[in-house]
Amino acid sequence: MSIIVGDDAKLVISGLTGREGTFHGLRNRDYGTDVVAGVTPKKGGQDVEGIPVFDTIAEAAAEKGANTSMIFVPARFAAAAINEAIDAGVATVIAITEGIPVHDMIGTYWKARERGVRLIGPNCPGVLSPGKANVGIIPAQFFDPGPIGVVSKSGTLTYQIGNELKQAGQGNSSIVGIGGDPIVGSDFIDVLDLYEADDETEMIVMVGEIGGDAEERAAEHIAASISKPVVAYIAGFTAPPGKQMGHAGAIISGSSGTAEAKKEALEAKGVRVGKSPTETAQIAVEVLGS
Amino acid sequence: MPVPSGKHAKTIEEAVAAAEEIGYPCVVKAQVHIGGRGKAGGIKVAEDRDEAEQHASAILGMQITGPHGEGPFEVHELWIEEASKIDAEYYASIILDRSAKKLLVMLSTMGGMNVEEIADKDPDALVRRHVEPAEGFGPEQAAQIAADAGVDEDARAETAEMLVKLYTAFNELDATLIEVNPLVVTSDRRVVALDSKTTIDNSALYRHEDVAGFEELSAMDPQERMAKEKGLTYVKLDGDIGILANGAGLCMSTLDVVAQAGGDPANFLDAGGGSKADAIVAALEVITSDEKVKAILFNIFGGITRCDEIAKGIIEAAGRIDLGVPLIVRLDGTNSEEGLGLLADATLPDLHIEKTMLGAAAKVVEVASQR
Repeated sequence: MSIIVGDDAKLVISGLTGREGTFHGLRNRDYGTDVVAGVTPKKGGQDVEGIPVFDTIAEAAAEKGANTSMIFVPARFAAAAINEAIDAGVATVIAITEGIPVHDMIGTYWKARERGVRLIGPNCPGVLSPGKANVGIIPAQFFDPGPIGVVSKSGTLTYQIGNELKQAGQGNSSIVGIGGDPIVGSDFIDVLDLYEADDETEMIVMVGEIGGDAEERAAEHIAASISKPVVAYIAGFTAPPGKQMGHAGAIISGSSGTAEAKKEALEAKGVRVGKSPTETAQIAVEVLGS
Repeated sequence: MPVPSGKHAKTIEEAVAAAEEIGYPCVVKAQVHIGGRGKAGGIKVAEDRDEAEQHASAILGMQITGPHGEGPFEVHELWIEEASKIDAEYYASIILDRSAKKLLVMLSTMGGMNVEEIADKDPDALVRRHVEPAEGFGPEQAAQIAADAGVDEDARAETAEMLVKLYTAFNELDATLIEVNPLVVTSDRRVVALDSKTTIDNSALYRHEDVAGFEELSAMDPQERMAKEKGLTYVKLDGDIGILANGAGLCMSTLDVVAQAGGDPANFLDAGGGSKADAIVAALEVITSDEKVKAILFNIFGGITRCDEIAKGIIEAAGRIDLGVPLIVRLDGTNSEEGLGLLADATLPDLHIEKTMLGAAAKVVEVASQR
């Protein structure tokens, strides 16, 4: 098993004909992901190295049986593309696009929830299930199959931790980038639940950062509902208040959203928090061995 | 939105002229992009011309730090307005509630202090109501909130109307926060917004060109301004160790491990995914323009970013600009061997290669402390 994307993923990529869309779409296919279609309005009938392109996601879903959608279109059109994917009836939408206006995402978030569609992102690196499927921009070479589920707000930080796990001889059931925006389709708690139910996952590494209270809510949720061990890492202890640290959502507002508060909330519920990515990977290996 | 009448002023002379025109008493207010100005001494009442001049000269050029240590922000502009006779001070705001994924409308009759203080002092005095996305927010909900908050009966209709206008403005402006504090009832029983703070979603600025013009580049730190012009994601900090990493999360983490090693980071700079040589050159130009910087740490974990591209950027930058400070480089991930090979062949002066992130953090702190 794995979560969100697995052997049965049939992927349609909105924005496949763009430069980034083509680059990553083909990388995903090379990894073994079943990329069944691309979507670009007015380019229906073309193909990208053999991947057929349709005008709409609905056509791609009807003709190619796509069940998973990846969104790679520019920010100002991206919320509409996610809505289109939800209307087309796919089960999972993974939105890579960065910079979608947050007001657009409020409506899209609730639309996905009401229809029971799993939305990951936006502003995320995607989901990789090592050995099965890669949907997004995660460089797969740093991850082997294994028992550790990873869920993270950050891309490169996840690669850093993944690589340390790999060097320690460990692998991953799935790597889920939930994204660094103020409103994302799935929070830590949603993904923690999926790992809890996944047979292959024996433990979970959760990588958070400043801003919002998703980590604090996750701490409560872990105490109440997650039986598998969780190890965490939080970035941004040195971040000043009121400054956006790269990600749109990575900002300490007033006195809320600090790294210290998140660490304390997690440790209060018995979750071990690593001081650095290296220490976090070491703790994970130690927990798994015990 | 009913507000007191007033005028902008950029000099003491303009401020005095505005005060003379408005009449006394009037209020001299610092115009900076942060709350808590009153407590910082940035809002003063002037009873006559002399006082207007004194306040204007004291406030212009003042450095104002936010209630949570934001800033400091230097005051370049004033707002001179008629003083209001106040019967009651309320607090009204709308924020984007990230955890609920809904808008949150808040109203309290305990205005004048910040929302955390109200919540601390008397949680019941703060009415909080989420806006259901399917329902929206109209006069009915607004009237209910005004009643629940205990707004004076004769001011309820106007307060409710104000909340609806705030909601409209919130959506039209792509705001993530609009706070009116205080919202006052004047002695002639009008409801007036005396002060407001608004935050607009950066990602939506493309559809608000009028608002984008309010950004105060002149008030920004010189490095932050330079970085913005070059399209880099940069945040100035107080220390002396320049930082460049790829990815926001890894960059924050790099700052943290440098601090743990006993160092003091000078900046946050996310070189982004797929960084090319030109971006590296631009980043180094910004970092080295900060005279406090004694050493620079490059922490790169190449995923999509290729380490050989980063190495080429470093070599090109060293040829194009005088770095003047040691460079500690950690390259790992995609094409790291090629990148390290290029750096070894280039034999740049004062370049230190480290294998791990923690090793690199320790090294940069050591090197900086020797300068």
